[in-house]
Amino acid sequence: MLPALIKPEHFSRYPPLARELATSNIELLRRLPLAYVSLLLREMIAYDWKFPVERHEIARDLKFLGGLPNASFEREMAAFRSLKLTAELEAFDWVNSPAAFSEKLTAHLWATHQIDQFRSSAVAYMNHRNESTPDIVPPIPRLGIAVIGQGVRETKYPLFRKLRPHGVYFRQVKASNGLATLLNGVSARASRHAEPFAHWYVDGGGWATDHLPAGVTAVSYGALATVRAELQRQMQKAYESGMGAEAMRSLLARMRPEDVGFDVSKGDPVLNSFEATLLTEGSGTQVFATTFVQWAAREALRRAQPSTLLARFAPRQRERPMNELLEEAKHKPDLDPHGSLIDADMGAYYTWLNQQRLSGAQPARFLAWFEDHEEAVAIGPGFDPGKVSGEPVELASLLGRLSD
Amino acid sequence: MRANDISRTIASSRRDFLRLATGATLLSPEFALRAQSTDRANKRKVVVVTFGGGARDDETFMPGGQENIPHLISELIPRATFFSQVVNRGILGHYVATASLATGAYETFNNFASVPPDNPTVFEYFRRDRGRPAADAWVVAPSNGFHRIGESANKDYGPKYSAGVILPKRLLASALAGSGGTQYEHLLRDNYENPLHAPALAGNQIELQKIAEILKLSVDDFTHHARSLASPDELSVYVAKQLMRQLAPSLLWITLHDIDIAHSGTFSLYLEGIQRTDRLCAELWNTIQSLPEYAGKTNMFILPDFGRDSDTEPGGNGFQHHRTGDAVSRTTWMMALGAGIRENTVVSRPVESVDLVPSIGSILGFDARRSQGKPLREVG
Repeated sequence: MLPALIKPEHFSRYPPLARELATSNIELLRRLPLAYVSLLLREMIAYDWKFPVERHEIARDLKFLGGLPNASFEREMAAFRSLKLTAELEAFDWVNSPAAFSEKLTAHLWATHQIDQFRSSAVAYMNHRNESTPDIVPPIPRLGIAVIGQGVRETKYPLFRKLRPHGVYFRQVKASNGLATLLNGVSARASRHAEPFAHWYVDGGGWATDHLPAGVTAVSYGALATVRAELQRQMQKAYESGMGAEAMRSLLARMRPEDVGFDVSKGDPVLNSFEATLLTEGSGTQVFATTFVQWAAREALRRAQPSTLLARFAPRQRERPMNELLEEAKHKPDLDPHGSLIDADMGAYYTWLNQQRLSGAQPARFLAWFEDHEEAVAIGPGFDPGKVSGEPVELASLLGRLSD
Repeated sequence: MRANDISRTIASSRRDFLRLATGATLLSPEFALRAQSTDRANKRKVVVVTFGGGARDDETFMPGGQENIPHLISELIPRATFFSQVVNRGILGHYVATASLATGAYETFNNFASVPPDNPTVFEYFRRDRGRPAADAWVVAPSNGFHRIGESANKDYGPKYSAGVILPKRLLASALAGSGGTQYEHLLRDNYENPLHAPALAGNQIELQKIAEILKLSVDDFTHHARSLASPDELSVYVAKQLMRQLAPSLLWITLHDIDIAHSGTFSLYLEGIQRTDRLCAELWNTIQSLPEYAGKTNMFILPDFGRDSDTEPGGNGFQHHRTGDAVSRTTWMMALGAGIRENTVVSRPVESVDLVPSIGSILGFDARRSQGKPLREVG
């Protein structure tokens, strides 16, 4: 089926909010080329579990496209329309399975050497859209915090090499109760600027406090132990059945929160869905705590665009064969603190990069701290790029300067 | 910055680094080696090593990455002609990309499918054109997914001109059949493309005995030695060395894959993979120098199958994957060493990964007639 033939009843299996959104924009959807409409539907079908910013982004797309004069509309869509697709792709149920369609479309574009054209078309479209409709600017400058190195006594690994050129590298940071200081800082921002999903705390172990701060969205590898165990059990079963890589990926992509043990009668359905996708769509997030934190921070920034994010990395299990990694829940695994420090050092850099991709990058601030040690990097206004400071400084004071 | 500009910038930084670090000379575009006579081609041997699966400049040739490749920098590059801008325009999945390297044509099959390449492989060209026996062309490959790489589906070539393919992990699994083999599981991990997936390694007892005979290696010796190895690539190199000692094939292709642990998102394990691959490349070169059948008449080519996504590409997640098709993931390097090849030399003009097979053709004396690439005049 081609987009021009979409009818309201095609959306009957969509969740309520998504269905309403799709049917109320059906005229626009009919005008879009297949390669583009499937991308838009992939976002719309999950509308009921999207963060507020994501809903705004979908509305922004619809408003931008719906407001274009016909000639401009066709110009924006020309590159997508010129992609050569197949009858098989057209016959696929892309309305109800847009994610699966997207996988097939991607494979087709690679195989037919059209992926570069698709990529450049998507980038050009996003640039035009962003120029035409303003970004949401956060009410306060964004603040990202990465805490790395839990459990490492000493290291010769040169930390923060990629972050140092962008801020001040402090070599004498004093903190008697550093993590609590940072959590209090996050809590203070959340109470002053309360908004849903605007302040986040991600931990690679268990919670660092018995009382999670109010107004802060919290996600942790440890708190998801039961869910991960169930997912690992299902993955192990699929693995033993000889399931192929693509089939495994599709299986995971189809899983809903309740399929992996989330109690959907409790908690926030949007957060439940987010946590489930971290485990079903992430690669390595199911078995490596460091990967989980980096990916969770990336996805939180990309999707929820928070004002505040604290990402604390914890030691991951040592590398072992996949079937043993998947038995993490059954046997307490050996940990690899030093390897995890190196993972987290890169993860801190990626967290900063992902924060800087958001609106309000110029005044945004970032702090990376080697937990219970004296090394940190602070990035933001007032912190000269590439500077090194050997002066003693309190972590609380650094945080205060970044939060101003 | 456009993709071509990015590729040029990457190549330029590699070239500048090499000139500083090794005093390498820049080869003029007019340089060309003379064509090989059939007599010379008869004596030549070629070993190809893919520096896989997928390493970026950031962790290799860029400042901060060079510490991970001390052997390449201090031992191999001074002896090599280094191509600083090798572009891969194909699909960036390991099996299909390696198959494209081996055919000299951009293959378009599903990376996860168990299918042979559509175009003739370097092994088939070599064996058919030169009338060489099966024992003269071998592939040592990392995982089950690569078992069809020795021959193509092309009706003019195919099985009768194929290379022998050894999957060391499958051999080991077969040798361990029934014994549990828990001490070896670190050597049996398979596909990293999706780290959630580790397909069962089906061993074949007949194949095991046959290969053990070829390698002049008892199954006990094999399993005993395997116990001392740290990774699947170490197992592959061990098997490759046995092949060189016992059969001395003229064409040997070794696909390394440890680096692809990066898909798990663990940066430290990715770095360890690069460091190990660096060491194994030097080991192979030293083995070539130590064996009379190879020393002085062998060319070794080392190249990544492709790179990985850039840190700054928003559609990717940096080193973890190679999904965006950005310039960083498509632009790599290649070094050529050995007989008749200029040492300590950098070639900065852009070449393509599909140029490898026709270049080997000009050394070994075959015509890669269906390749999309061109012979590299600097290594012919």
